[in-house]
Amino acid sequence: MSSFRIFDIAGSALSAQSTRLNTVASNLANADSVAGDPTQVYRAHMPVFEASAEAGGENMPGVKVTGINESQAEPEKRYEPGHPLADAEGYIYAPKINVVEQMVDMISASRAYQSNIEMLNTAKDLTIRTLSVGR
Amino acid sequence: MALDPLFGLHAAALSVQRQRMDVLAGNIANSDTPNFKARDVDFAATLRQTLGGSPAEAGGALKLAAPRGASSGSADTTLTAGAIDGDAIPVLVWRVPTQNSVDGNTVDAQVEQAKFADAALHYQASLNFVDGRVKSMLTAITGQ
Repeated sequence: MSSFRIFDIAGSALSAQSTRLNTVASNLANADSVAGDPTQVYRAHMPVFEASAEAGGENMPGVKVTGINESQAEPEKRYEPGHPLADAEGYIYAPKINVVEQMVDMISASRAYQSNIEMLNTAKDLTIRTLSVGR
Repeated sequence: MALDPLFGLHAAALSVQRQRMDVLAGNIANSDTPNFKARDVDFAATLRQTLGGSPAEAGGALKLAAPRGASSGSADTTLTAGAIDGDAIPVLVWRVPTQNSVDGNTVDAQVEQAKFADAALHYQASLNFVDGRVKSMLTAITGQ
């Protein structure tokens, strides 16, 4: 009889959700990173999740991050001729990051992380109880 | 797995509840995966299969495995076909979503958490029965 696969499955989810939290942190940190060239502007990162049989199995897939996409949104153009990074026409470019959206994403990721931790704790308790049968 | 003379139904029930927890863990892990469809274990059918019956058997009553030595034939052959580590392959059913989400995901984290707690509780209940049997056997052996 195989041992609990929950540890693998929940572990894969913890890793995926923490990647998501990291991208949110990066996006929020760079929300005000302006540049004088629209091609040089920071673009929001978004992880792509996919069900994966690597953790768990065919019937009970874990999750993995298959890649991190960059937002294709056009940078915001602001007219600030006094800005040291302003281009010849006096414009600076800021990444189009919706801070509220990022915060919501962060809450969602941290809640999912918590659920998986709870699941791990339950599985751990049950395993310990199973190991002490008959004592 | 035939019906264990010592632990009865609970040895099989433990195994099925564990499989169910694995499947529910997969659902919760994929609560943010686009196009993931939540599933659950059909407990009765999987238990019937674990005990050596056919999962599609009609009627509510559980068929118990034939005692050892009786030649019912079909009891073990269905299991060995795809059994992993002595477990029957769980009979999975799709979860019907209560609210559709735009990304095609049908996992409702709260529902899955409740089902997971339910499976964990049933696992503990079966474990208590198994534990009780072990303890009473130990009492019988040591005579104390």
